[in-house]
Amino acid sequence: MGLQSFLFYYFAIVIIATAALTVSRRNPIHSVMFLVPCFIHTAGLFLLLGAEFLAAIQVLVYTGAIMVLYLFVVFLLDLPSFRIKKITHQQTPLAVLAGLVLVVQIIVLTVVAVFPRPAAEVKAPYFLGNTEAVGASLYTTFLFPFELASLVLLVAIFGAVVLARRERGEELP
Amino acid sequence: MQEELILGYLPILVFLIIVTCVGAGMIIASALIGRKNPNSEKISTYECGMVPIKDARQRFDVRFYLIAMLFILFDIEVVFLYPWAVLFDRFNPVIFGFIEMVLFIVILLFGYIYIWRKGVLSWS
Amino acid sequence: MITLTHYLVLGAIVFLIGIMGVLLRRNVIIILLSIELMLNAVNINMVAFSDYLQNMSGQVFVFFIMTVAAAEAAIGLAIVVVLFRNRETIDVDRINVMRW
Repeated sequence: MGLQSFLFYYFAIVIIATAALTVSRRNPIHSVMFLVPCFIHTAGLFLLLGAEFLAAIQVLVYTGAIMVLYLFVVFLLDLPSFRIKKITHQQTPLAVLAGLVLVVQIIVLTVVAVFPRPAAEVKAPYFLGNTEAVGASLYTTFLFPFELASLVLLVAIFGAVVLARRERGEELP
Repeated sequence: MQEELILGYLPILVFLIIVTCVGAGMIIASALIGRKNPNSEKISTYECGMVPIKDARQRFDVRFYLIAMLFILFDIEVVFLYPWAVLFDRFNPVIFGFIEMVLFIVILLFGYIYIWRKGVLSWS
Repeated sequence: MITLTHYLVLGAIVFLIGIMGVLLRRNVIIILLSIELMLNAVNINMVAFSDYLQNMSGQVFVFFIMTVAAAEAAIGLAIVVVLFRNRETIDVDRINVMRW
């Protein structure tokens, strides 16, 4: 077993295990903390695939920022007195059945399918590194989505401030 | 080619191993060789300083959430600047790359002005 | 040798775990975390295809997905905060009226 296979199986097993723990823990803090190694190992998987820039962004943005936001909200809301006693719905058996059917379908389809590869080995005609290659695609081909991304962020700022900010004199939180 | 790329990250692996060993070593060593005779004063939340006045598990102010949320959204903005900065002198013409990023930042500047005017950033 | 199919199956399994979280759990925060997990599974697929086809578009898409995920987390969690402020619960089974 080569280095690449070993690393892939290590990352894959940790990702699946921590993902399963994330959705099965009763305490939301534990869920958030298990999602952090899950995302970090996904960053390792990205490295394995040669996407160095995305691996860095995954660690910086996902595990560094988004998970902190989730933690703050858990601190804000998850008071022991509001803990939910029963963690699953009544629809559990049906949902498990539907999910299993779906995953079998997806796995069968991906294993059976043949994905055509481009005829010649088209190595990205770019410069040196992965960051340059991402940028060269992002700021030319994807110029319009790039500008739209700033609008998405703008709407998120407006929306979150309008929703979450309380006016003076209201009680906590 | 992939193998070379992975081997380039070997120092990080070595670093992680050393960090784990040092961290675990400190905990294990202090558990093994430390003396333990606790009394109620020593095991209180703060051995020195103020006595805790109430349970730490109480509601946070929503402003913590707002600050974290604004941090993330502007963090993403900065992340978009990284590949742009790396590529900057290769744009053809250079002014094109400059204008598209100015447009991007100006759009987000409206959000910044909005939160400033709304007083989200002031804590009093 | 690790092929594209390995990555796709891993993505499918992580996606399934995310779906299970959304369908089974009653805690709103964990439902949002499961959605992040599903986005993560999609990201794995995107990067795997980007490597397979030697095409950078997949990686740029992952970048956009991360942007949208950040915006989604900000808005979604703001909605949860408001919901909790008004209803004093984060249990989706008890959030069952459109207005009150």
